[in-house]
Amino acid sequence: MRVVVDVGRCRGAGLCALTAPEVFDQTEDDGTVVVLDPAPPQELHVAVRRAAGLCPNAVISLEE
Amino acid sequence: MADMTLESSRATGIPGPRSGAALPRRLPWQREQPLDPPEEYARLRAEEPVSRLAFPDGPVGWLVTRYEDVRALLADPRISSRNTLAVNPVRRMPPGAEALLAVEPGQFIRMDPPEHTGYRKLLTGQFTVRRMRALGPRIQQIVDERLEAMAAQGPPIDLVQEFALPVPSLVICELLGVPYADRALFQQRSRLLLSMDTDGPTLLRARDEMRAYMLELVRAKRADPTDDLLSGLAGKELTDLELVNIGNVLLVAGHETTANMLALGTLALLRHEDQLAALRADPSLVESAVEELLRFLTIVQTGVVRTALEDLEIGGQRIRAGELVVASLASANRDAEQFSEPDVLDLSREYAPHLAFGHGVHQCLGQQLARVEMQVGFTALLARFPSLRLAVPAEQVPMRDDNFILGLRELPVTW
Repeated sequence: MRVVVDVGRCRGAGLCALTAPEVFDQTEDDGTVVVLDPAPPQELHVAVRRAAGLCPNAVISLEE
Repeated sequence: MADMTLESSRATGIPGPRSGAALPRRLPWQREQPLDPPEEYARLRAEEPVSRLAFPDGPVGWLVTRYEDVRALLADPRISSRNTLAVNPVRRMPPGAEALLAVEPGQFIRMDPPEHTGYRKLLTGQFTVRRMRALGPRIQQIVDERLEAMAAQGPPIDLVQEFALPVPSLVICELLGVPYADRALFQQRSRLLLSMDTDGPTLLRARDEMRAYMLELVRAKRADPTDDLLSGLAGKELTDLELVNIGNVLLVAGHETTANMLALGTLALLRHEDQLAALRADPSLVESAVEELLRFLTIVQTGVVRTALEDLEIGGQRIRAGELVVASLASANRDAEQFSEPDVLDLSREYAPHLAFGHGVHQCLGQQLARVEMQVGFTALLARFPSLRLAVPAEQVPMRDDNFILGLRELPVTW
């Protein structure tokens, strides 16, 4: 799995950082997404897929 | 065009009902059961998921009721939020309140990208998951102080006045840098602004008094900055009017939402004894419990008003440019296509991607704060009062259902 984000669309709702905190964080400045682990291990895939699905602005895409 | 007000949208001609289409109906509003959305929504989802909606002020638009359609609509860049608050799907605009229709600088909840984006990004850094978790210990302190005050006072008490309202009020005041001592002023006025019963002149006066209050505060922060959100914003390139409007949006939103979730959430728990027992037995359920209460209660009971900027299709229905659309969050969150047994309160739902905070660019800015307040609040309340129960029969708890935000007038409890 590879995690790709389109930061330009991000509005900092924070659902990704809430749902998969090992993989996503937010900047201190404007709360937009930061990818901590672009190739997360198998055990995090469910959480990462949920984070991608929850994102209100479809910022996260997954290459699997 | 600077502002698209109700009058101008009328002038541009929002179409009436088409021949052959079902007659437009009013927004379902009367609840058969206090904690459930009107039953009409279930029929609409099944039979007319995107239906004609008659707004009390005259325009005819659309009501979207299915989860998938609501989510798609709110994520669609071809919709505008400029009519949010200016068009009311439940009651007529009261005469004398026309001045409230114009979208003003800083009122970002009524703006579209890119104008909305700049304001939102000024604020999102202040409401991140990390920052809100860091506030947890302080929120715990505030909650514990309120619970001790309740214990000292002794039962029965009104949980709205003694807990549900003061906790988020104290938290947002501290975060923004608003003196809590002034709460009578802004709590009363924010309530007037959100009530469906307030007449035009009173609405306008409440708005003006909130504005005068916030302007004084903004000037004080500019002159003598303190360690809070308003002072931080005062250091940015914003006009007084922008700051006043941003401050008031955050102050009103920070009060009315979490306060009503704490009160209604407690009522829902007390009315579902098996769920309450499950949460007491396993406090680690609280995170999923909060999400489930958000889904089940969906307190933004009017839904949200949007306007199509272009012709678009939602749920197989063509919506024309200029038409108003109401996305029913409460209906979407009870859609059986998305949630199994949607009318059952089940705190152990492992994953329930509800739309209680909305969706798209306007999804609630303060949602991570609300989550922490509720997680800490419910956990501490149940722990402090193991025998908490209603002090009146459940059907006598007075609902506040004449408001954009569903709530309780009071919640008499004992222990």
